Amino acid sequence: MANTPVLEIKDLQAKVNDTPILRGINLTLQQGEVHAIMGPNGSGKSTLANVLAGREDYVVTGGSVKYQGKDLLGLSPEERAREGVFLAFQYPVEIPGVSNSYFLRTALNAIRTHRGQDPVDAMDFLKLIKEKMKFVEMDPKFQNRAVNQGFSGGEKKRNEILQMAILEPTLAILDETDSGLDIDALRIVAEGVNALRKENHAVLVVTHYQRLLDYLIPDFVHVLVDGKIARSGDKGLALELEEKGYAEFDSSATA
Amino acid sequence: MSESASKIEELIDREYEHGFVTDIDTDEIPAGLNEDVIRIISAKKDEPEFMLEWRLKAFRHWQTMEEPKWHNVHYPPINYQDIVYYSAPKSKDDMPKSLDEVDPELLATYDKLGIPLHERERLAGVAVDAVFDSVSVATTFKDKLAEVGIIFGSFSEAVREHPDLIQKYLGSVVPVGDNYFAALNSAVFSDGSFCFIPKGVRSPMELSTYFRINAANTGQFERTLIVAEEGAHVSYLEGCTAPMRDENQLHAAVVELVALDNAEIKYSTVQNWYPGDKNGKGGIYNFVTKRGICQKNAKISWTQVETGSAITWKYPSVILKGDNSVGEFYSVALTNNRQQADTGTKMIHIGKNTKSNILSKGISAGHGQNASRGLVKVMKGADNARNFTQCDSLLIGDKCGAHTFPYMEVRNPSAQVEHEATTAKISEDQLFYCMQRGLSAEDAVSLIVSGFCKEVFKELPMEFAVEATKLLGVSLEGSVG
Repeated sequence: MANTPVLEIKDLQAKVNDTPILRGINLTLQQGEVHAIMGPNGSGKSTLANVLAGREDYVVTGGSVKYQGKDLLGLSPEERAREGVFLAFQYPVEIPGVSNSYFLRTALNAIRTHRGQDPVDAMDFLKLIKEKMKFVEMDPKFQNRAVNQGFSGGEKKRNEILQMAILEPTLAILDETDSGLDIDALRIVAEGVNALRKENHAVLVVTHYQRLLDYLIPDFVHVLVDGKIARSGDKGLALELEEKGYAEFDSSATA
Repeated sequence: MSESASKIEELIDREYEHGFVTDIDTDEIPAGLNEDVIRIISAKKDEPEFMLEWRLKAFRHWQTMEEPKWHNVHYPPINYQDIVYYSAPKSKDDMPKSLDEVDPELLATYDKLGIPLHERERLAGVAVDAVFDSVSVATTFKDKLAEVGIIFGSFSEAVREHPDLIQKYLGSVVPVGDNYFAALNSAVFSDGSFCFIPKGVRSPMELSTYFRINAANTGQFERTLIVAEEGAHVSYLEGCTAPMRDENQLHAAVVELVALDNAEIKYSTVQNWYPGDKNGKGGIYNFVTKRGICQKNAKISWTQVETGSAITWKYPSVILKGDNSVGEFYSVALTNNRQQADTGTKMIHIGKNTKSNILSKGISAGHGQNASRGLVKVMKGADNARNFTQCDSLLIGDKCGAHTFPYMEVRNPSAQVEHEATTAKISEDQLFYCMQRGLSAEDAVSLIVSGFCKEVFKELPMEFAVEATKLLGVSLEGSVG
């Protein structure tokens, strides 16, 4: 018998402010897989990411989502997080006065407590964060800086990858993490994702450009158009899109 | 309303934790205020004549005054004749001689509050003077402090044992007729703490007072006087709680700090009086006058965390009289549900090269109204005076309010006065971000709020900082939108 998929989305429909955005998404992520979701602006990529994370303004109007075989949509955002669902934000927020390391330790311990594990003490955490900061090539001084405050765009994204590396989610969703990044940062994002490429885990990478996929070879690429997956394929599909753009889908959408 | 908003409302709705009533015998006088009542209070306390005269002078002055109306708080008129002006726990033999003689019920009350006196005596190294309703109940560590010449104990005792010091310093910073509530306090104050640190002595421990209002319809009017002689140093902590009652109770305290040349006084308060229920019923009216005076090179630092009371009206101030003296004010004031706070500070620069620093953090949630009021006054002779003021407000939800009223009077052209103010809101984005990392809405709010207050909390002594962080968490339960 096959292993339970990490994520199984069936006919998912959702609206934002009474505007239907997702119109029937079907998508399955098996263990160890990395999927890329591409598509033109406004096609629903970020909506999909936010619906999976449980953001409240996104209202599910139909369909189902199973995470590790269990209903995901009934869980609160923090329950999803504690169960191992991680969203790397497109626009990470600033939390003044709260140090990066304190924030991360609080998050890690909330998740550990949920799993019945002992909280990590400050000393052990220091070791962990040092190691992971090295991995994402961040200056150790960022530990003591307030969460994302005064960070450049690239530093914020790198910080998201740091959080991902520490929390080791079962399902990581990257919402346009690559936008605005230089080549070094792209490579780090890719390395962060590759580190999660192992049994039991899966990654959903939402991206507008093919660029990130030069560093990160997805197992599947899906093209989202008007709230539906219009085409699925392998890395070749991404390259094709790079060449032709999304024009083909625009015409098919109007047809 | 969004989901996280309703969660936050749930959190804000959490009930007051210290709202229990202790069932003990009390010695009370009937409600009402006249010269006879003042004579009774003075007689009960076995006071010298000068003290009674001082009280009567204050009372006569008070009768000519009008309750202030300029503040941004609203409450029904207070009937000063309905208040009981003296209530003391009845002890078998007058006052307890040691902790062992203190009513066990009373000690249990302090235990519930998390300030076990015995515990502190052994562990914390904090000397505590606990004021219950109107009387100072027990003072820990008295003997140890006496060895270095520090006098620390109840105000009444000090009036009897050190009348010369009291006569010299009482009212020297806050005169009897200073303001309506201070005058009332001067007339009827029943007890409080007195602390005297002699020349050159650095207090070996932090000194602490815990105030609790227990009896119904009782006003609490305590008086604190701290005198640090030349070169002396002291750090003083004050904590407050009260039971939940439907009626409003009045608390009108006066605190006077005297810092002589080169002395330093650090005064920290965590105020957690009962704030009333979520509809604004009950709660403490907290009208407090706190002021300090700095002589040459002296420093006074006020740090306050105000989470309780239905109404808070207080402006801890520093008169920078001596050259090179320094005044500091660090404040976190939180209002939730129907709470109102009008608080801030006054820095009066008189001496040359005087410096003041004001950092005020206001948090409003529910229907809370928070006014931050600051006066910086630079007198003619205050050459090179410096002030920096920062007022930050954080709003949680959309029914609360934050107001900032900065006043500056500068009469010396060499002075530098700076003021910065910000207002921010806890956003849905911040909450969702924290929750997506596994934090509950409640923990997310308290994390964001503690980040907002960080600069003030780091001024608090360690154990108070921990308590303050917890208190904010509790006080905020149910508050985002």
